[in-house]
Amino acid sequence: MTLAPSSRVQLTDDGKLRHFLTTEHLPRSLLEDILDTAASFVDVGGRSIKKVPLLRGKTVVNLFFESSTRTRSTFELAAQRLSADVLNLDIAKSATSKGETLLDTLRNLEAMAADMFVVRHQDSGAPFFIANEVTPNVAVINAGDGRHAHPTQAMLDMYTIRHYKGGFEGLKVAIVGDILHSRVARSQVHALNTLGAGEVRLIAPKTLLPVDAEALGATVFTDMAHGLKDVDVVIMLRLQKERMDSALLPSEGEFFRLYGLNNEKLQYAKEDAIVMHPGPINRGVEIASEVADGPRSVILNQVTFGIAVRMAVMSMAISGQDSAPAGGAHGS
Amino acid sequence: MAAKAHILIRKGRVIDPASGRDDVADLLIENGRLVRIGASLDAPGADIIEAEGHWVLPGLVDACVHLSLPGSGRTGDITSETRAAAAGGITHMAAQPDCGPVDSTAVVRLIREQAGQAGFARILPIAAMTQGLKGEQLAEMATLAKAGCIAVGNAGGKVADALVLKRCLEYAATFDMPVMFRPQDAALSAGGCAHEGPVATRLGLPGIPAVAESVDLSRDLLLVEATGVRAHFQQISSRDSLRLLRAAKKRGLPVTADVSIQHLLLDESALEGFNSHCHVIPPLRSSDDREALLEAVADGTIDAICSQHTPIGSSSKAAPFPATKPGMAGVDTLLSLVLGLVDEGKLDLARALDAVTAAPARCLGIQAGQLETGRPASLCVLDASAEKDYAEHWLSAGSNSPWRRSVLKGSVKLTVCQGKVSWLTD
Repeated sequence: MTLAPSSRVQLTDDGKLRHFLTTEHLPRSLLEDILDTAASFVDVGGRSIKKVPLLRGKTVVNLFFESSTRTRSTFELAAQRLSADVLNLDIAKSATSKGETLLDTLRNLEAMAADMFVVRHQDSGAPFFIANEVTPNVAVINAGDGRHAHPTQAMLDMYTIRHYKGGFEGLKVAIVGDILHSRVARSQVHALNTLGAGEVRLIAPKTLLPVDAEALGATVFTDMAHGLKDVDVVIMLRLQKERMDSALLPSEGEFFRLYGLNNEKLQYAKEDAIVMHPGPINRGVEIASEVADGPRSVILNQVTFGIAVRMAVMSMAISGQDSAPAGGAHGS
Repeated sequence: MAAKAHILIRKGRVIDPASGRDDVADLLIENGRLVRIGASLDAPGADIIEAEGHWVLPGLVDACVHLSLPGSGRTGDITSETRAAAAGGITHMAAQPDCGPVDSTAVVRLIREQAGQAGFARILPIAAMTQGLKGEQLAEMATLAKAGCIAVGNAGGKVADALVLKRCLEYAATFDMPVMFRPQDAALSAGGCAHEGPVATRLGLPGIPAVAESVDLSRDLLLVEATGVRAHFQQISSRDSLRLLRAAKKRGLPVTADVSIQHLLLDESALEGFNSHCHVIPPLRSSDDREALLEAVADGTIDAICSQHTPIGSSSKAAPFPATKPGMAGVDTLLSLVLGLVDEGKLDLARALDAVTAAPARCLGIQAGQLETGRPASLCVLDASAEKDYAEHWLSAGSNSPWRRSVLKGSVKLTVCQGKVSWLTD
């Protein structure tokens, strides 16, 4: 059996999750397993004692080479609800500025008997490097790498879609905005295709579309009227302000006029279409307040589901890692 | 190292692409000079090398290597890397000016001294075309040529200002020095680490579009035409560039070109799984580009195949893909990989061997890469059918190659460089 490199790294020999690095090339059953497991955790947040003992005695290290408050907090909360010990390291630039290489930093942490690394890094592929070549026996969860992947964000979006739409069969989903720089969009496209969505559309001006964007497994549109026509789900992406400085866009105003989601443009979508956004939102840049706060917006619920999805992924990866033979099945 | 040798190489299949020779013959080396090629030669007192069933080839000429001088950020040194080259049948290697950089006679002298002491291969330094490779002020090209540089170039450093470039070319033309170009537009390639295409899109790697090369190449070609300088274009990687080169050659411009072996064997798909050994500049491009490059070598649009040898320490490759240093170590495997292309039917034997011997010598304007009697002998004896396990026989200090642990066909038994034995196995 030949597996794509990404699945070889992520799965144990008997197909269990041991690292969660990308949604690409994972089997549909496994993605559904993540969603089902997350469903069982959604209730935990509503209890008076919000903890389950699945990760008791385990040490989770949040390794954030790129700063992020929101994503890190949800991972921290998820780990705590699983009863893990959590260590937060905002490495941002401190360790590397002291001359320590990523490799050295990781070897040190491994020596502290960490069981899981939650990694965010500015370079695409960093979690692969860690899982493959540095610490194969520590479960690695990708919390966002460069432009490559943000699989837990994508899975919480999948959870949200399944929650509101009941499933994925035949769904038309549009992802709008800065596709070029978006790790979220890439992970969403792979997850949606694997879960059986009918059509995934990417909508952006050509400066914000990667070349061969179709190769991701999507249909590409450059205008909202055609792209949003009859879609069931609209996912808006955050537009970073610095895009205006690098000749990718003339202004926020023109972007909003052409691609910003307001009630008028939302008319193109199906009547019961839901609107999503991975946050934090830029009101008046990619989305109008009337939509963000409107009846079709499910943006706040996404945050709630995020903790449950991260609990699911963390518990599954720890259990897969525990069942894998020591030394790693995929050393180079 | 042995003294100037008397060697009789017997009954090998002598293949010399420059003269078209391909027959079984003996070769006699006396006092380091190749004196005769013929049947049943007799030489009392000479060391006898039995080459029956083996091939006797001109020493390989590698048109592009990156040297490991202190401060270059590369691993190994001139001794380790020229020894690896000798084991790969290479006798001459043109060194990029990006160590030092090669903009003073002191650096040239240092390189020549170290190479001379090591004695494994002849290093032909390319001089920096601008001071410090900064692309602003002319380097002392004539002085550097006198010190032993065979050409000028600016390595990866761009001469952004067209007026400065034009003057560089005019000045080089004054002394009939060939100019080495590595076309890649700085703005179009800024921040990139992979071919802008479907694989980079999926992996989220910042791209370098093929047009970054052809835009720069077309500007270079127009200035070459305007100044009449001899030009050699290095590490061509895309189909569009080949169209420009074909047209230029057809118009009779004095231009030649090379490609690195990895671009003939690998494409962007090699980056799957973020394999940092395949992080090279120019980036590995599409399979369509790779096919076009192979055709261009076959039809002569691309003259030479080089190793683009860049030995990098493991710590500089042990990082997330975009943060790793680009480059591949290549002198160990150049000949075996080229012969692999012949086995696959992509190139015929004579053209493939020409592309690593006589053709690069022509591109560089040097006398090498052929079996010429009366001149210092530079040749190698190859067991073309023997398999070599690089897991055990790798010599470069840089382990940064996807073939670092491969078993490849072709094992060099003897290399003679400028009349001296530089490599000999049992």
